[in-house]
Amino acid sequence: MTPAAPPTTSPRHPQDPPPVPAAPASGETGATGTAGGTGAGSGPPPPPERGGAGGEARLYAALARVHDPEIRVLNLAELGVLRAARIGADGTPVVTITPTYVGCPAMDVIRADVRTAVLAAGYADVRIETVWSPAWTTDWIGPRARAKLAAAGIAPPGPRPPGARPSGAGPDGRRLLPLSVAAPPCPRCAAADTEEVTRFGSTACKALWRCRSCLEPFDHLKEH
Amino acid sequence: MTTAPPTAPGPSPAPAGPPVAYVLRPADDALIAAQRMAQWCTNAPQLEEDVALANIALDLLGQARALLTHAGGLEGRGRDEDALAFLRDEPEFTNVQLVELPNGDFAHSIAKLLFFAAYQRLWYERTAAARDPELAAIAAKAVKESTYHLDHAATWTERLGDGTEESHRRMRAGVAAVWPYTHDLFAADPLAARLAAEGVGVDPAELRPEWLATVEEVLTRSGLAVPAGDWAPTGGRHGVHTEHFSLLLMEMQSLHRAHPGVTW
Repeated sequence: MTPAAPPTTSPRHPQDPPPVPAAPASGETGATGTAGGTGAGSGPPPPPERGGAGGEARLYAALARVHDPEIRVLNLAELGVLRAARIGADGTPVVTITPTYVGCPAMDVIRADVRTAVLAAGYADVRIETVWSPAWTTDWIGPRARAKLAAAGIAPPGPRPPGARPSGAGPDGRRLLPLSVAAPPCPRCAAADTEEVTRFGSTACKALWRCRSCLEPFDHLKEH
Repeated sequence: MTTAPPTAPGPSPAPAGPPVAYVLRPADDALIAAQRMAQWCTNAPQLEEDVALANIALDLLGQARALLTHAGGLEGRGRDEDALAFLRDEPEFTNVQLVELPNGDFAHSIAKLLFFAAYQRLWYERTAAARDPELAAIAAKAVKESTYHLDHAATWTERLGDGTEESHRRMRAGVAAVWPYTHDLFAADPLAARLAAEGVGVDPAELRPEWLATVEEVLTRSGLAVPAGDWAPTGGRHGVHTEHFSLLLMEMQSLHRAHPGVTW
């Protein structure tokens, strides 16, 4: 449905040229960043924790109840999947999300959950936009969310290795890629003596690890 | 089946403008690689590997969906990802033959993944700086995934190549069987070359030196070598495919064609 939208309502389609870095006052811009800076620097803006303007507070409150279907302890904002939420010019809420992985199978569920939550909050409709850029990274998961992950038995991601630009041989000339980082401590007993069982765990974003001390297996949210 | 590449310049297979055809190449690569890889599901040598290969297939499918959707948008004739994936016929697919080859044994599939992921990683890395912001954004995400796939394939190549006599034999056989099809990745492509010259695309031919260095490093440390021989079947970019492709397509498209528009 297109209710005679005047061209002033900035549709913000991904095909549009990179947006001019708008005045950073309100937290609702910055969803569609420029695509140029790949991975190299950790430039992208942190995910919005809550809405800036008052009119969006209710919207953000509704969205705070939407959890990632595969990581139930985090809501979309904590995970970094929620990029922006605003009230469009026609009064319809516009929610911008970004996938963790391009093929993340949870995205359809997330869209449905967002719709349900926003409608339940009293809005008549909602527009959900998906953006690819800036590419999601585990660096957007904040300290509080990491603590929640650990409490749920999921070892949170460590910092991505510096210069994790995927290319060429590693410093020792042998490791192909600087993918892996220090072993995560066991989220159950905090022992440091852990080992990777498999790099592809219960979901695309997790690897399976095992604690050599308490012998329990655990999920590890991969640095990405 | 020997598929001699058309020596004449040959018309672009896609009915639409060049950008669409350009985007369909990597889209089809990812789609067909995903479909083939998914056939490992429940068949991998161990449970962990089953999950790994399924996840890699899922990544590839996600890339394919994003790229096909983008291609459909560029085309502007209302074809969505499903229309492009399920309603095109064999000659309209422009994926390289490498990704449609049967899986063979596990080592064959690992060799395919090694060569393909190494290529994809480079292509996505270059494309992340492309002028088309949508394409660049997709590539910037996908490059992380290809990096992971490459690392997985490299780990297995080393484990098998540097493992037992039997695993070495199989890994070497896999590399030898798949190798000729890698040339298709870098075959002369007038469209890509033109777009590269205009600064809007990547010419795959330019990627080969770095690709070869990566692959050679992995093979060498695995006790293997780059195979000799110069048989180089090509033609995928022109819609010329192996006889295995039609069966793959039939399986992939049958449900959608039997029940048009079905969702679940």
